[in-house]
Amino acid sequence: MTATAYSAERSALKNDGRDRSAHRPDRRQINWWLTALVAVLSLTVFIPLYFTVVTALKTPDQLGGSGFGLPTDPAWGNFAEAWNLTDFPRALMNSALITVGAVLLTLLTNSMVAYAIARNMHRKLFKGLYFYFIAALFVPFPIIMLPVVKETALFGLDNQLGLILLYTVYGLSFNIFVYVAYIRSIPMELEEAAITDGASTWTVFWKVIFPLLGPMNATVGILTCLWAWNDFMLPLVILSDPSAQTLPLAQFIFQGQFNTNYSVAFASYLMAMAPLLLVYLFAQRWVISGVMRGSTK
Amino acid sequence: MSVPTLARPAKKLPRAFYIMVLPAFVLFLVFHTVPVLTGIYYSFTNYAGYGEWSFIGLSNYINLFRDERILNAYGFTFLFAIVSTIAVNIIALSVAMALNSRIKFKTGFRGIFFIPNILSILIVGYVFNYLFSNSVPAIAEALGINALTSSILASGDTAWIGVVILSVWQAAAFNIIIYLAGLQTIPGELYEAASLDGASAWKQFSTITFPLIGAFFTINMVLSLKNFLQVFDQIISLTGGGPGTSTESISVLIYRGGFQGGEYGYQTANAVIYLFVIIAISFIQLRILQRREASF
Repeated sequence: MTATAYSAERSALKNDGRDRSAHRPDRRQINWWLTALVAVLSLTVFIPLYFTVVTALKTPDQLGGSGFGLPTDPAWGNFAEAWNLTDFPRALMNSALITVGAVLLTLLTNSMVAYAIARNMHRKLFKGLYFYFIAALFVPFPIIMLPVVKETALFGLDNQLGLILLYTVYGLSFNIFVYVAYIRSIPMELEEAAITDGASTWTVFWKVIFPLLGPMNATVGILTCLWAWNDFMLPLVILSDPSAQTLPLAQFIFQGQFNTNYSVAFASYLMAMAPLLLVYLFAQRWVISGVMRGSTK
Repeated sequence: MSVPTLARPAKKLPRAFYIMVLPAFVLFLVFHTVPVLTGIYYSFTNYAGYGEWSFIGLSNYINLFRDERILNAYGFTFLFAIVSTIAVNIIALSVAMALNSRIKFKTGFRGIFFIPNILSILIVGYVFNYLFSNSVPAIAEALGINALTSSILASGDTAWIGVVILSVWQAAAFNIIIYLAGLQTIPGELYEAASLDGASAWKQFSTITFPLIGAFFTINMVLSLKNFLQVFDQIISLTGGGPGTSTESISVLIYRGGFQGGEYGYQTANAVIYLFVIIAISFIQLRILQRREASF
């Protein structure tokens, strides 16, 4: 890697979502008209959320009209009913298990594969492998969908474990792409020093490189988490046992039962959205800087 | 590019590097490449997903082009994807520029605009479904807007607009953040110099902002179009492909025909065509868009 490419890489790394404007001198002239406009625009995000909350708290006879009015007497029972109907705890456990499993396995394996590729890009085999993984970014899922269902059923992987494995494998394409770019911006000297001290390739990766991947691990972890938690298509086609249902899949399965009672349905939607919304409430800055970092690669 | 390691006496590559990539390679081969190849293989058969099957040559491919339902799915998917891609990029870039300018509560707004991206499209789709079918008509009736008094999802001519609104609402979140990341790479001095020279806001946008976020514009255009062409969750929760088959996307059709309709072989042929369409479009887009990118 040339020196200029390297320094460009470094400056891109530093720019991880922190407000550049903080350095600008013209902080005092706040554009209030634009602020107001942005505030109005942000209502588009809140309207569906507000609607979900108020509808979840209504009794069936309070529905109707525009539906935006506040509930006269909050029907907390809707949540209990949705909880039992969709077997919420089990769906929550499945979603959590699959998401945590996919994130951990992805971070541990994808970074390692990317390390081997990034440090051997001058070898045909590894360069070929790199493009082999990346090319899959252009392959739409529907062509894999029908055959992979038969395959996972054959291997007995039509369950939570199978999904963890598939998220890890299908994530490779994008993750390798961002990890390799990042690893190549890490100077070799560190590793060389460790190797001179007699460290094995494994030790070098786990003790020297992996700890340095923190920011990229955050990016990959966040994106994998959002994907695995919210994904509907893979659970829909892969899972065969109803007890393995994830949260989005449970909403789909129970549509038929909800039809008569929208309030219970919305209570169920709200419960399914709540866990990640709560996490996001606290980790918001971290999540956004992680996503931004991924895009500057 | 010269690689420093080449200058040293050739050392044998540690075996560890091979062991690191081997499992990933095998798993990727088994769960990605093999399914693609079996898909292509079955596309030349009349396999129904079960039972006996035989080779039928190119019949599936020939029939695809005569099938109203398939052509309709391509028509809808492309109309939807192109409109959504344009809409989402205009909206996301505008919001990102507003968030990057001198406004108050930047970080707070940034956090709010990203919320749709952390929610499941399927679940948000169910909420939008209720809004479109019940709330919007009720509000329209109260305001006396006749055109909106019946649900837009109930008519084959307007249902696709509902799918666009949901998709744009959700996808804008991610694109705003990408554009914001791009805008922050532009040095503020450029704008200061431009305003000293008396350049108008539009001039600054067209000569500084837009050319310099070229790479980000390319990423967003290519990824949005590619994602929208694969639209699935939105359709399932909003219209179920209806009314009739007016909003049946290619993915939904492959899923339905392949798993429930006994058209396994036929729909894999559809998926193969779809694969080539996506690859061709992505490359054409990359070529066109990269030609007009600038850097500093």
